[in-house]
Amino acid sequence: MNGKSLSENAKALLLSICLLVALLGTWELSTPAVKSAGELTEYELLTGGGGQQARVPPPSQVFNKAYDELSRPFYDNGPNDKGIGIQLAYSLYRVLTGFFLAALIAIPIGFLIGMSPVAYKALDPFIQVLRPISPLAWMPLALFIIQDSQASAIFVIFICSIWPMLINTAFGVANVRKDFVNVAKTHELGPLKTALLVILPAAAPTILTGMRISIGIAWLVIVAAEMLVGGTGIGYYVWNEWNNLDLTSVIFSILMIGLVGMMLDTAFAYVQRAVKYQE
Amino acid sequence: MLKPFIEITGLTKRFPAQKGGEQLTVFENANFSIKKGEFVCIIGHSGCGKSTIMNILAGLDTPTEGGIIMGGKEISGPSLDRGVVFQNYSLLPWLSALKNVIFGVSARYPDWSRSKVIEHSQKYLEMVGLTGGAEHRKPAQLSGGMRQRVSIARAFAIRPKLLLLDEPFGALDALTRGTIQDELTRIWSGSEQTVFMITHDVDEAILLSDRILLMTNGPHARVAESVVVDIPRPRDRAEIIHKPAYYKIRNHLVEFLARRSKQLSGDRDHGGSPPITVRPGIDDADDKERRPENRPKLVSVAS
Repeated sequence: MNGKSLSENAKALLLSICLLVALLGTWELSTPAVKSAGELTEYELLTGGGGQQARVPPPSQVFNKAYDELSRPFYDNGPNDKGIGIQLAYSLYRVLTGFFLAALIAIPIGFLIGMSPVAYKALDPFIQVLRPISPLAWMPLALFIIQDSQASAIFVIFICSIWPMLINTAFGVANVRKDFVNVAKTHELGPLKTALLVILPAAAPTILTGMRISIGIAWLVIVAAEMLVGGTGIGYYVWNEWNNLDLTSVIFSILMIGLVGMMLDTAFAYVQRAVKYQE
Repeated sequence: MLKPFIEITGLTKRFPAQKGGEQLTVFENANFSIKKGEFVCIIGHSGCGKSTIMNILAGLDTPTEGGIIMGGKEISGPSLDRGVVFQNYSLLPWLSALKNVIFGVSARYPDWSRSKVIEHSQKYLEMVGLTGGAEHRKPAQLSGGMRQRVSIARAFAIRPKLLLLDEPFGALDALTRGTIQDELTRIWSGSEQTVFMITHDVDEAILLSDRILLMTNGPHARVAESVVVDIPRPRDRAEIIHKPAYYKIRNHLVEFLARRSKQLSGDRDHGGSPPITVRPGIDDADDKERRPENRPKLVSVAS
């Protein structure tokens, strides 16, 4: 490669920017600002600025909204008007609580069924039936049993993040190379030490893959769950802004959901790299 | 007479019958013993069950019949008294070379302080020449020879009563193999370590061992002969090939592997007798001045 030509990364970045500009440009031009003859009444403003039809707001409007929201993310003006930071914090709290509770159960059980073929065969039918159930289908049952919408949302996250972690842990543990187990045996390690010093690090990359899938699913599910339970959280925020007919906020929050999801995934990718090893 | 350190009696391994077939006897009635401090090699063709014998000695496999007594106690299950070096190194890939050795040392000496464990581990890595930063690399960043050095260092560092080497140099190129063989002899000679080693390499066996056990072909393999290597130590790879005893022993081994291992296989009338002791190099102790033209001819392995 000669000095003049751009590196692959620089080319990709340039292309990304071009695509973004083209996309935003098309969007902006296809949604012309509504011109009005004079001063609008409050009613006209609420119904779309006196235009014939409500329109998707142009990106410029979304950016203004984003700037406005992000410059004061934690304000709290009562139940229906909280800053985006507060809403995201509620969602993250639910996702992380449900997720780590699931990890607490899924990883030990995954270990058990990975190490014992009998346990695997005994639990497999349950897993196969429970796994394909949409997490939201549990919601009514959870609301009835737990009688708390906040905890029910956490339960839904728990139930959706448990399966990928459980299955990946079991797979990773069952496929640990026999040589490593033999090393543990010839060094007279007890079952607990073998699990912690040999099997856990050997299976860690596979377990982390499961955790990464789980956190992704949990973040997908929380939006739907919060739309159902209401009150707080980014899912509730999206639905509330839709009810307010504030499409600008809806688009803004969609972008925020994407950004936070990406950050969660990046964090797990980072941990995954840390436990990865080369044979 | 002093009881041997390790006694293998009537060792037999059979695998249960597959559908429509009969049960497979890999080897049967293996009887031999190993003295303390002895370096014993076992040679035989693939499928004669050498590795199974080794795994039984390591406690990773169980015999169908017979048993092994080591130091007055029967072997059951793996133990730190028996260190193993596997052919595929078996280092834990997520630990550095040093940490792999530390793993073994801290399992062996759980009440040692951390600094003592590290010091002990480093000493053994130095013995195999892993210093100056190489000990902090992960196995994937080391060459095959280096990895096997780490594996040997780990096995020696736990100071087992019996060291088991399963074709430790099988995956290495000839030059590296030579260097590590020299290192192994050097470490071994200063340690009074009892070693049992599987190899396919006749020259390696003569260079390293006090005694070589020969196995007939499987199934129904047995330990047929015990060849004493009557070449004084220390042995040097460059000098050993000038000793006539070397060729006598070598020819005996090659002849056994090429012809008699097959002829003797399936011979089930030996009644579990211990292997015949053979000393092809014995009459050679006093004729060091033998001329090169008097050297016995090499027997061809081909055909």
